[in-house]
Amino acid sequence: MLKSMAGGALLPLAAQVPLALAQLPATARPPLMELVPVLKEITQGAAVRESRVKLEIPHLAENGHLVPLTVSVDSPMTATDYVRTLYLLSEKNPRPIIAKISMSPGTGRAALTTRIRLSGAQHVVAVAQMSDGTFWAASADVIVTETACLDASDIT
Amino acid sequence: MSIARILVPPNAKRGELVEIRIAIQHPMETGFRMDNNGKVIPKNTVNNLLCRYNGAEVFRAEMGSGIAANPYWQFYIVAQESGNVEFSWVDDRGEKGAASSPIAVTA
Repeated sequence: MLKSMAGGALLPLAAQVPLALAQLPATARPPLMELVPVLKEITQGAAVRESRVKLEIPHLAENGHLVPLTVSVDSPMTATDYVRTLYLLSEKNPRPIIAKISMSPGTGRAALTTRIRLSGAQHVVAVAQMSDGTFWAASADVIVTETACLDASDIT
Repeated sequence: MSIARILVPPNAKRGELVEIRIAIQHPMETGFRMDNNGKVIPKNTVNNLLCRYNGAEVFRAEMGSGIAANPYWQFYIVAQESGNVEFSWVDDRGEKGAASSPIAVTA
């Protein structure tokens, strides 16, 4: 009896949760070019498609001094089709280019892990340029509770 | 003189995907911090890390203040011939570092 009552009471609640989630603003992220303006210099006007790249980064990073990050790109990494360059870009760091990685077919798998610094909660973008010149990207937003650096405007 | 720890599997089969790891001991000074007297500590980061396998470049990372102190990279190479996996890097002060590890490849 108790069980069935509890179940009955929970059901409407459970049904409300997706509704509440649906009311939250949907991914209110600006286009990549506005998010990281440095991307314009990198692509030189070429289109960037948001696919093929997978960016794994904690959604909540307690310490911006050290945030683990894994990027992988869907690429066969053969002599004719491989990831030539991989950029890690930041929305709010004083220097938006976190790293530029050059790969080769000898890498075998287009995947890497590193540890980055983040100055505050922001989006991180990974952009891959393939050997045929096309650009592919992925982004992730990270909440940083302890920022990695001072505001650069305080100094210069 | 900067020190690094590298991890290259000592043995591999030809064509096998092997995981390579490197951690370089380096403060990666951002150039945004100040010392106790309020003087800016100049930027000093490892800006270029190169990995060669039997002399051929396979992986290169150009980095700056966005990479955490003691930069760490983990990536893959395809085992082809027995030889060396060599790393070399340089920081903003021009200090160079190098490390290498052998890999024995069997058919």
